Amino acid sequence: MKPTDVTDPQYYHKVVDCQWGCPAHTNVPEYIRLIAQGRYTEAYLLNRESNVFPGILGRTCDRPCEPACRRTRLDGEAVAICRLKRVAADLRDDVSEYLPRVPAVKNGKRIACVGSGPASLTVANDLIPLGYEVTIFEKQDRPGGLMWSNIPQFRLPPEVLNEEIDYILDMGVDLRLDTPVESMRRLLAGEMGEWDAIFVGSGAPRGKNLEIEGRYDSDRIHIGIDWLESVAFEHIDRIEPRVLVIGVGNTAMDCCRTAMRIGGRDVKVMARKSREYFKASPWELEDAEEELVEIVENHSPSRFVIEDGELVAMDFDIVDWYEGEGGRLRSQVMDTVRIPCDAVILAIGQETAFPWIERDLGIEFNEWDEPTVDRTTFQSTREGVFFGGDAAWGPENIIWAVEHGHQAAISIHNYCRGLPLDDRPPYGMNLVSQKMGLHEWSYSNDYDEAERQKMRHVHLRERMQTLAVEVEEGFDFEQTLQEAERCLNCDVQTHFTTNLCIECDACIDICPLNCLTITANGEEPELRTRLSAPALNLEQDLYVSEALPQTARVMVKDEDLCIHCGLCAERCPTAAWDMRKSDLLIPYAGLEAGEKRPTRARDLVGV
Amino acid sequence: MSWIAKPRVAHPGLPRNELGLTQRDYEGRMSTLCAGCGHDSVTAALIEAFYGLNYPPHRIVKLSGIGCSGKTPTYFLNQAHGFNGVHGRMPAVATGAAGANRTLTYVGISGDGDSLSIGLGQLAHAIRRNVDLLYVIENNGVYGLTKGQFSASADVGSTAKKGAANMQPPIDPVLLGLSLGVGFVARSFSGDKEQLVPLLQAGLRHRGFALVDVISPCVTFNDHEGSTKSYRYTREHLTEVADADFVEPKREIAVSYAPGESIDVEMHDGGILRLRKLAEGFDPTDRDRAYAHISERLHRGEVLTGLLHVDKGLREMHDVAGTVDVPLVEVPHGDLCPGSAALDALQESFR
Repeated sequence: MKPTDVTDPQYYHKVVDCQWGCPAHTNVPEYIRLIAQGRYTEAYLLNRESNVFPGILGRTCDRPCEPACRRTRLDGEAVAICRLKRVAADLRDDVSEYLPRVPAVKNGKRIACVGSGPASLTVANDLIPLGYEVTIFEKQDRPGGLMWSNIPQFRLPPEVLNEEIDYILDMGVDLRLDTPVESMRRLLAGEMGEWDAIFVGSGAPRGKNLEIEGRYDSDRIHIGIDWLESVAFEHIDRIEPRVLVIGVGNTAMDCCRTAMRIGGRDVKVMARKSREYFKASPWELEDAEEELVEIVENHSPSRFVIEDGELVAMDFDIVDWYEGEGGRLRSQVMDTVRIPCDAVILAIGQETAFPWIERDLGIEFNEWDEPTVDRTTFQSTREGVFFGGDAAWGPENIIWAVEHGHQAAISIHNYCRGLPLDDRPPYGMNLVSQKMGLHEWSYSNDYDEAERQKMRHVHLRERMQTLAVEVEEGFDFEQTLQEAERCLNCDVQTHFTTNLCIECDACIDICPLNCLTITANGEEPELRTRLSAPALNLEQDLYVSEALPQTARVMVKDEDLCIHCGLCAERCPTAAWDMRKSDLLIPYAGLEAGEKRPTRARDLVGV
Repeated sequence: MSWIAKPRVAHPGLPRNELGLTQRDYEGRMSTLCAGCGHDSVTAALIEAFYGLNYPPHRIVKLSGIGCSGKTPTYFLNQAHGFNGVHGRMPAVATGAAGANRTLTYVGISGDGDSLSIGLGQLAHAIRRNVDLLYVIENNGVYGLTKGQFSASADVGSTAKKGAANMQPPIDPVLLGLSLGVGFVARSFSGDKEQLVPLLQAGLRHRGFALVDVISPCVTFNDHEGSTKSYRYTREHLTEVADADFVEPKREIAVSYAPGESIDVEMHDGGILRLRKLAEGFDPTDRDRAYAHISERLHRGEVLTGLLHVDKGLREMHDVAGTVDVPLVEVPHGDLCPGSAALDALQESFR
């Protein structure tokens, strides 16, 4: 293998599994250390830099960071990253002084955003401090998009939502509520104002339907996201006692739990497949079951049963799943069953819908009627029209919308300056030794065997009283400290300097996880078989040094299970191993290469 | 040393031996030796050797004297028996322990100071008695614990850290052992576990005294230019003359060498020690020729490593003394101490 180039910021970035897994590349280990030190404001600001909505995401994020967390490979339980983020958001001081500064003199460029969800808000957040004037068109009477209409209050209190939206609106967004954009042609033609660029962040607002017998014979059959929106806007405040929710994604979880609070007594979630194939996050399933929702597997809906004009039941096929040819999952009907019910909520997915974009404007749509959007620049096939969030490629989650917003902002900034869109600012990295003394490091390097902290929930009876009671109480002080200690500080990298090594084996002997080997070089598949412990996780890289000075062998490190305890560096007599913190410098609109974001967050944090 | 202990968390894919133990189960406490000390590598090699031989840790006795080497038994086999003796007196303690219980496995860890200066007489007599013991000398050429004075194994001309050269000729433990008639003698290097681990395993399986001299650089006082026991110098000057591979009694011998290239020595437990000659004219089973060869190369500045001599025909201490087969602790008290009448009868027989 060739020597590993650790000067490429992406090598050490990938070692930080959580940051690599986060679409917005939030610097998780750094903010967890800040939380452990009680520096909640700094932790919040560091979060905000990349994910913009720490308070909202600390409650609602789909947490791609947690399945990625190295601890899942060691003791099976990820660090509770998301809920630690919430601690920072809950306990922070006033941050208004540290938010991005807005210049008094504008740059003369005007941007229109369609929809006021997280993608558009992020575009505004990134561009307004650069002097742009941003107008957001929102069809509802409140900003926030699906964050407001589809996430129930018992998971996301309105104050938390509004506060973080207001940080951005207060920068000077021209927010036009109750103003649906009904024609892209008119928007482009200047009938709603003159724009230098347009960003479409209108989400994926159409819930999928279930076209089976009886679908249109009752008014008690609801589309999940529309129903949640009606509940959020208080158009609906009750539901019948026996409710079937069709589908088992996260929207289904929000539907069933909402139903339990407004009249549902016997709420069942009906899944076509078995549990291992459920789309809902495991923790959302757990929360629903804790609230006595029944989750029924392997039931495929076949028809609505209507008697005397009333919905009385649904018929299901009980199916068995098996792997057919080519590994495709196939089903076989074993039996049929009738399950009585008074209301049904369909939560089987959602899709984008652009009835307001005329198809002769040069904005191409594909065979599924989705816009053609460039994966890097987020530009559509018409110059100056950008897409992001769920509007780009269908439903994702908030953190993806935020990242889309950042990338679209970079593109828009380039576009408005006449620069090519693919001329994007590069990633940078700071790498600083964490050695404080002979055996002292700037971080808590010991491995903590503590189990993941359990989130405390409000008592069942109390939480069912109104929709507004937030279920999760958040971590208390002790839990926060314990959970923060579980973080392995994967950003404190084992950094190797080849020409200092005397090949004494001290690092290899001390490494608790058998990560290190000194051996003859070879091709990767073969080299992986010769290491101190089997290197079977091919998703994790091998670090390979240059030829060692005395024997011309190489130092190999399997990054898979390193707990960043620093013992290799402590036992190294020549400091060939050192523990260095890699700080990924993420490019944002308006930054030069390797430049830090011009907020005071980083000054506060000291990174 | 380190402020934190080695975390107990382990690689989930670690293999287990026949006892169901992983290599981690053979570890001891955190080393308090200098970072990069060769002794820590010897410790790691011992862990690997015991693990590989499926030895139950609680059936092993670790013994040592004084010095950096004297500390090392703490760093492996937490569950074994241990005895840290007076400086240079470990062989006497080992002899007594082995005499009292012949069913345990004994490993003595010593250093060049402990064995070749203060304890030289003790070492010589343990070899002469042929005590069933693996005797490891962690040889670094200096007194590390007292800040790096030359030891009795320092080569003439080798310099101290501040530049002063050693003028006194060294005692070579391998030649010493051969001249005393040792049944098993090997030399290795702490930086070469591929060679060291099988040698330690062979020494453990050898019935009788097995002497393994391990060049184990002192990273603090003797790893500079001018030292003849540094990592670099050792790597540049060692020549492997006989490769040892221990084959378990139960295992089929799969590898076969052309006749004349290898010698199979059957060990007392039925295992096979396969010696592969790497140097022309070297025969580890011929003591006199081995002595001559090693001595000649030593004068040329070459450090010969590998299994240098093995003779399994020697009688071990218990065989010579005609002692009972079982540990003394299992002998009934009446037999162990037959009373004054029996003593009188014995004394009468000498009159």
